[in-house]
Amino acid sequence: MRLEKCWFCSSTIYPGHGIQFVRNDAKIFRFCRSKCHKNFKMKRNPRKVKWTKAYRRLHGKDMTQDSTFEFERKRNRPERYDRNLAENTLKAIKKIDKVRVDREARHHAMRMKGKKAMERKEAAKELEQSIHMVKAPAALQQEASLTLPKIKVKVSQEQSQENRMEE
Amino acid sequence: MVQYNFKKITIVPTGKDFVDIILSRTQRQTPTVVHKGYAISRIRQFYMRKVKYTQQNFHEKLSTIIEEFPRLDGIHPFYGDLLHVLYNKDHYKLALGQINTARNLIGKIAKDYVKLLKYGDSLYRCKSLKVAALGRMCTVIKRIGPSLAYLEQIRQHMARLPSIDPNTRTILICGYPNVGKSSFINKITRADVDVQPYAFTTKSLFVGHTDFKYLRYQVIDTPGILDRPFEDRNIIEMCSITALAHLRAAVLFFLDISGSCGYSIAQQAALFHSIKSLFMNKPLIIVCNKTDLQPLEGISEEDMKLVMEMKAEAMKTVMGQGGEPTDDEGVLLTMSTLTEEGVIAVKNAACERLLNQRVEMKMKSKKLNDCLNRFHVAIPKPRDQKERPACIPQAVLEAKARKADQAAEKEKRKLERDLEDENGGAGVYSASLRKHHILANDEWKEDIMPEIMDGHNVYDFIDPDILQRLEELEREEGIRQEQEADDDFEMDGAELTAEEQEALAEIRKKKSFLIQQHRMKKSTAESRPIVPRKFDKERQFTSERMGRQLSSLGLDPSLAINRARSKSRGRKRERSPERGEDAMDVDNDQPSKKLRLRSRSRSRSRPPNEVAPGEGFKDSAQKVKAVKLAKKSVKKRNKDARRGEADRVIPSLKPKHLFSGKRSIGKTQRR
Repeated sequence: MRLEKCWFCSSTIYPGHGIQFVRNDAKIFRFCRSKCHKNFKMKRNPRKVKWTKAYRRLHGKDMTQDSTFEFERKRNRPERYDRNLAENTLKAIKKIDKVRVDREARHHAMRMKGKKAMERKEAAKELEQSIHMVKAPAALQQEASLTLPKIKVKVSQEQSQENRMEE
Repeated sequence: MVQYNFKKITIVPTGKDFVDIILSRTQRQTPTVVHKGYAISRIRQFYMRKVKYTQQNFHEKLSTIIEEFPRLDGIHPFYGDLLHVLYNKDHYKLALGQINTARNLIGKIAKDYVKLLKYGDSLYRCKSLKVAALGRMCTVIKRIGPSLAYLEQIRQHMARLPSIDPNTRTILICGYPNVGKSSFINKITRADVDVQPYAFTTKSLFVGHTDFKYLRYQVIDTPGILDRPFEDRNIIEMCSITALAHLRAAVLFFLDISGSCGYSIAQQAALFHSIKSLFMNKPLIIVCNKTDLQPLEGISEEDMKLVMEMKAEAMKTVMGQGGEPTDDEGVLLTMSTLTEEGVIAVKNAACERLLNQRVEMKMKSKKLNDCLNRFHVAIPKPRDQKERPACIPQAVLEAKARKADQAAEKEKRKLERDLEDENGGAGVYSASLRKHHILANDEWKEDIMPEIMDGHNVYDFIDPDILQRLEELEREEGIRQEQEADDDFEMDGAELTAEEQEALAEIRKKKSFLIQQHRMKKSTAESRPIVPRKFDKERQFTSERMGRQLSSLGLDPSLAINRARSKSRGRKRERSPERGEDAMDVDNDQPSKKLRLRSRSRSRSRPPNEVAPGEGFKDSAQKVKAVKLAKKSVKKRNKDARRGEADRVIPSLKPKHLFSGKRSIGKTQRR
């Protein structure tokens, strides 16, 4: 039993899921669900379809090269069973996963790094350009504050007292 | 030993059929649809494919014909000559040569037209080129039609030729017509040859098979030969002559003693002497047939002499073989096919002679040594008297002894099946497949290891030095995390203040509001006429509104409102008492008049139902109704964006959508 990768979106295909297509030249295409299968039949290129891993890797949205990926390699010759080795492997898988997830998070953070600064710049520019919608330039010259002072209206207390008296 | 089988040649179609077959195949097996709107390279490819395909098919079929028909030089000379006799070698070769040239011509035509098609610039031109190419190929085939028909005839005849193996043991029967050859072959083999009283009943070679000493012999019956000069012989005779000439066989020359065939012994003897050259190196037996009518002893002196001469000739062949000239009997034999006496003797004699001759030939040839090895086991000559038995290793001897003991005990090895039965049968017990696995530690044999964990295949991760690599990885990670912690913080500064943020939020709200309004306007734009502002029903452009908007921007609206109000026509200023001083001035009168004239009369706003005396309404209710009616009529025109009652402008006199277009369903008889 093996977990395969979907040819289109590169997600793992668990047993009992998906469809495999064997072409006349004996190349096997595995799909995780009918969405991927139908996209394939439409001859769409996964490198151009935004939600696939192939696109994300190609356009640098996800991490491509890392040493954690080298731990997982398809081996064609089975090793003789060794209990210690099996134990170590299982523990190692967990650690490697953790490391990989951390690195991916870091990659994402790096990608999003400049966003705050850019947002601030944009906001400043917009404020400068469109301030005339909120306060007229003439008024701005007289008083430098950007927003109009809020007028506070006092609500009279007499009515409440009257009500109380009636009660 | 090649078996000549001319039955396997494929049918040669006639010219017309050939053309039909190939053209219909082209039509079926190549794509059929092409439109003139396709890219020109596609059109060209389409037609080139058709031309090439047709050429390939012609080539294939013509090649099979050429290859399957035997080459007269490449087959056994017996068959070569036989075919020449029957069909005329030259004519045959010519026909095949024509097929060959046709094949080459078609190839050339295809090549030329494909070259032209590469530069075809329209569908029509490509199509005509293809039609021309195919047409020319078909004319080539039509021209070789007669050759094809001839080859078909030949093929049919060849398929019916008897399958004679020229290399195996053969007995040939020859003689004058009607002497009893066919009856003889009927007697000794299972062949069913026609036997009739007229001459030339047998018109071609017939083959039968018979057995002698566990070997199979071919017996070939030939048509009768007449005594004629070689050039005068007809095809049928030539068949037998060919057989005589090329087959290494025992020859039985049949003699009709009684003369009931219509020919005398003298004539038959003459024939014998004229063809005796053909009997070189062949065991010859003179057979005197029809002895029931006339026994051999009873013939006349001259005939006896002739017979003895023939016998002498036959003896020569015996002597020529180097065999002992003892078997005098084997040369001249008598028999009668009618009474069947002597028939078997003849056959035996012939077979014997042939066998001996063949064995002698084989002995002289080089291949004999190979055969001899097959029959002879070389045993080294014993050097001395010492006994040297076969060498058997000790262990094998012991094992053999042990086996003998064990067989007595009948000990059986315990099978897995027995184990299963013991532990509860098929459904209860499942055999441990890992019982015999070789592991470092035997305790691990029944270990269960997961194949999948956390979405990974565990077998992909197994590596003898995984611990080491994991350590390296963790070290790397530790270093990187330290580096990260150092250069993590980078604030840009310059954050917006609360006030600025508020203002920004306001701006964005106003912008989204504008966008929303615009979108609403856009969606109703088609059904809304572009009506100028003075007909605006909603009355949204009021001075109060202006005042509110200006104050929301922080400006003082009072000045603006006053200005707006003052611009609206009011008579108050013109009627002011200050102007009294200028009443005497004539000049000033004019300006006031001008002003008066220029200023339009301003109707003071009255309540809608107040009836002015000159208006002609009965009461306010009527006026209200009248006003309502007026408004109603004006509304429709406003919606159509008309300037007034008399505005009958038609912006487009013949709108296209009413005067053109097909209906998706229904007829367009009237518009």
